[in-house]
Amino acid sequence: MPLTPRQKRWYWLLLLPLINVFALPLYNRVDPTLFGIPLFYWYQLVWVMLCSLIVAVVFRMAHPHKQAKDSP
Amino acid sequence: MNPVMLTVFFALFALVTVIGFFASRWKKADLNSLNEWGLAGRQFGTVITWFLLGGDLYTAYTFIAMPALIFGVGAYGFFAIPYVILIFPFAFVVFPRLWAVASRHGCITPADFIRVRYGSRWLATAIAVTGIVATMPYIALNLVGIEVVVGALGFPTEGIVGEIPLIVAFAILAAYTYTSGLRAPAMIAVVKDVLIYITVIAAIIVIPRQLGGFEKIFAAVPPEKLLLTPPEGKDFGQFSNYITVVIGSALALFMYPHAITAMFSAASGNAIRRNMVWMPLYTLTLGLLALMGFFALAAGVKDMPEYAPLFARYGSNFAIPALFLHSFPAWFAGIAFATIAIGALVPAAIMSIASANLYTRNIHREFFNPNVTPAQETQLAKIVSLVVKFGALFFVLFMPQQYAIQLQLLGGIWMIQTLPAIVGGAFTRWFDHRALLLGWAIGIGTGTWMAWLQNFTKSTYNLELLGYAIPGYAAVYALALNLIISIVGTLLVRAVGLPQSADATQPTDFDDIEAANAGDTRPVPGSIPAIE
Repeated sequence: MPLTPRQKRWYWLLLLPLINVFALPLYNRVDPTLFGIPLFYWYQLVWVMLCSLIVAVVFRMAHPHKQAKDSP
Repeated sequence: MNPVMLTVFFALFALVTVIGFFASRWKKADLNSLNEWGLAGRQFGTVITWFLLGGDLYTAYTFIAMPALIFGVGAYGFFAIPYVILIFPFAFVVFPRLWAVASRHGCITPADFIRVRYGSRWLATAIAVTGIVATMPYIALNLVGIEVVVGALGFPTEGIVGEIPLIVAFAILAAYTYTSGLRAPAMIAVVKDVLIYITVIAAIIVIPRQLGGFEKIFAAVPPEKLLLTPPEGKDFGQFSNYITVVIGSALALFMYPHAITAMFSAASGNAIRRNMVWMPLYTLTLGLLALMGFFALAAGVKDMPEYAPLFARYGSNFAIPALFLHSFPAWFAGIAFATIAIGALVPAAIMSIASANLYTRNIHREFFNPNVTPAQETQLAKIVSLVVKFGALFFVLFMPQQYAIQLQLLGGIWMIQTLPAIVGGAFTRWFDHRALLLGWAIGIGTGTWMAWLQNFTKSTYNLELLGYAIPGYAAVYALALNLIISIVGTLLVRAVGLPQSADATQPTDFDDIEAANAGDTRPVPGSIPAIE
């Protein structure tokens, strides 16, 4: 069945990783470093995990009855 | 040549060869049907799809070239990470819909979908040709990955003798792709991905310790390579370049036929959604690997005399193999090199299958023999997959490597021009097929012209807008033009009142959950004849 508007709303979260790309001036710097890695690198690596989390949240919230008949 | 390293390398290579041939008996089915040979019967669950997509998208070329770019130019090379972040939310939204409609209508290729959705053979042909042309240099570049490894193993690199290992590897690949179809790369991808995780985790633990920690590594990086150059005055410089190349690469990636083939072979829309949650694990690996470009800088492999001849031949692409040779014991270097070589075989197999499907379904059947039987169709696809692979091999052996790299740059610019038709079509039938075709043509023309301005060495274009200089990825600017033309063209077509083409899909065809709940994912009759 089609998603309800309330479920669809969660999809807006998926724009966050895109918005973050445009925030480039904020993280194009060395400090603060993490384990000696400059901000520019570790910040974008942290976003790998954040993005995975965001997609997971959207999947959980927007597709609650997903497990019905699934992959074999 | 180190005997231990060679033994490990060949043992792993032999293992995947056996797996490749054995794969034809996995989930046994009639491999004379294109749905089975070319999509493995659309029955890959979440886990196999994860391995297959991972094996498909994170190619050997990526593993060699991306750290090489960081090694060569620094921070800009890190664009691959945000790019490979963006593809997942994008695919999460688009691909369950495309998967559902493809599965309902028996579409094997993206061009099949265009045919069903817009009822236009010419638009479908344009999509198919773009896919085939853009994929060929991609296969060739993966061969370059093997070449670099062969050099690192200590084989002679000059003359035809130096090419023998490459030719042998490719002949084996061609043979098992021919017999097993998509099942072969899917099974091998499991081995490949496990090896990659082992290699990268070992490298990230061992190498920084040898080099005295991250602090020391980054201290050894020249300051101008450490960060992007901020905008100066009215010139956005590296910032607009970085942002547009991130977005453009992300949009182009899933238009490539091999990416769509892997998506279509999933068993359900939710197998795709779940994968978009778990795929970023690969991105993390890729990110760590990218940092190894800096490790290679800090280790100073470029100035070591023993690697000088290979740097002279392969340039920065030798940075990662040199780092591994320098930092790992021989047996582990053997594993790492086998990983890269196998990492080239998986995508090369999927790409050749995807191109073969495109040719067979959307060119041969469309223009030469509409009455082809399923068995003939599959036989033809198998032969075309051989032709495509040997075409790529020929390219690598007899053309300067620079051509493959330039064509690959152009490939991204061309591929993204199919986005309005494919992604637009997944959500709306508003666009007119004639307007889309015109937008595609002008997008490709403009994008190629922009690359030509740079002598095909870079894919950037220096856009001047309102007195600002906004250099950026040509693919994105050409896509913007493509979209404008598609929209204006559609409005014009409506205003003039030209007849509309047929749409064989129903709105519910795009809902994968509907289909799964109804227990019905079999093809419905459409303009593409059922394939079974």
